[in-house]
Amino acid sequence: MDVQAWLQHALADAESRGLGQLKPLLEGLARSTQALRDADRELEHPAASEDDDAHPA
Amino acid sequence: MTPIPRDLIQAARLIERRELSPVELTQACLDRITARNEELRAFITVLHEQALATAKQAEQEISKGHYRGALHGVPVSVKDLIDIAGVPTTSGSAVPARIPRHDAPVVTNLRRAGAVIVGKTNLHEFAFGTTSDETAFGVVRNPCDPTRSPGGSSGGAAVAIVEGMSLGSVGTDTGGSIRIPSAACGITGLKPSHGEIDCEGVVPLSTTLDHVGPMTRTVADASVLFAALAGHASARLDPDAASSHASLWLGVPAPYFLDKLDRDTRAAFDQTRARLGSAGQNIQDVAIAHADRTADVYLHIVLPEASWYHAPMLAANADKYSPGVRLRLEMGAYILAEDYLRGIHARPVMRKAVDRALEGLDALLLPALAIGAPPIGAQSVTIDGNAEPLRALMLRLTQLFNITGHPAIAIPCGTGSDGLPRAIQLVGHRGATARLLEIAATLERQIMPDAGSVGGGAG
Repeated sequence: MDVQAWLQHALADAESRGLGQLKPLLEGLARSTQALRDADRELEHPAASEDDDAHPA
Repeated sequence: MTPIPRDLIQAARLIERRELSPVELTQACLDRITARNEELRAFITVLHEQALATAKQAEQEISKGHYRGALHGVPVSVKDLIDIAGVPTTSGSAVPARIPRHDAPVVTNLRRAGAVIVGKTNLHEFAFGTTSDETAFGVVRNPCDPTRSPGGSSGGAAVAIVEGMSLGSVGTDTGGSIRIPSAACGITGLKPSHGEIDCEGVVPLSTTLDHVGPMTRTVADASVLFAALAGHASARLDPDAASSHASLWLGVPAPYFLDKLDRDTRAAFDQTRARLGSAGQNIQDVAIAHADRTADVYLHIVLPEASWYHAPMLAANADKYSPGVRLRLEMGAYILAEDYLRGIHARPVMRKAVDRALEGLDALLLPALAIGAPPIGAQSVTIDGNAEPLRALMLRLTQLFNITGHPAIAIPCGTGSDGLPRAIQLVGHRGATARLLEIAATLERQIMPDAGSVGGGAG
């Protein structure tokens, strides 16, 4: 699930539970999640290696 | 009225020589709590009778020549997140407390060392905050300026030391909760290496990031309390022997860690660095790779781990949590397993980065807290003209070392023009907490020759 889709689901669920105050927190969390995913290579995610030979098709 | 010695080791020396009665000292600390707790809200539970009974037993043992070591007969306090058998563990919350049947192992170790537990200290609810103003037991206030926060989450523990309500406190640290209040109140706080002190019987915030550690006036005091908490045999006191004398090699991780500091913190840090250089220490700039990823990694570990623990209690008692704490716990439930695992798998990468920064060095040297103690209720502070969210800023310099597990200690380095304490942080090699304490003891003497004199009340 991409971060935008996740955020929409989370906001809708929070709203339905009467937790509308979570909106700014979830939006901030979404930015952080995107930043973490964008750092996959830097943080050595095993499937995001810069060495293509490590992941043959 | 019995004067309360300035620090734990002074008290221990007097007790060992039978020049200070543990009963009279304990009564003096209880009197301080009675006099000041209404305003400062440092304690949630005060164990008057238990403490005096333990002190009496210590006095009898010592009079018969059975001296157990430096904590024997010394009043200490325990953060109210840690189990003491038969005493409610409130965690600073209105959520129904648990009443444990057993002491936490750290409490067992304190008792074995002969310490007198005077009570349980106030905290940011469930340790999930840095200001100690979200608690069901009254906002904790900083003795240096009661309009200011003492930091958190172990805010009451820090206040207890500054005020002489106890001579040592046991805190917990998941992202900085020992080091932040220590810095904000002008005392010493140690987060040991991860796993070095048993967290059983401690209400978790984040099971893989939590640490237990000592909060005291001085580094020598912290060494004594650390040894007891870790269950090490109590050694005879010789703080001089703890200090190494050769020049040390220190690295300042300037990128990221010096980027956002208030003016007084920057000035205090620069002055401390210069003073240590003049004293013969070798100081160089270093960089820690991935440091700017710290907050993202931390968030994706602490939030789901906290939400996991609290899920059953939230289902039953959501309305009893402080609104801010509840929202943070609810937020954690939305994090996907895939992103939690991203955080978990980033840890060894970040651990290696800190190890690399430490190569050839004795310790890292950096500020412990980017600002002085913030006003109670503040949500943001302005640095270099930019409004910064307070919580993120207060965690900024400490949380990396919870992710990586390196030992880290906050020690006072003076006061700012605002009259508020400032502190440095020293980070040591993993598994080498005792060596870090030796280094800290050496540097403490060069930074603050009159170590432990910040704050007032314990005279």
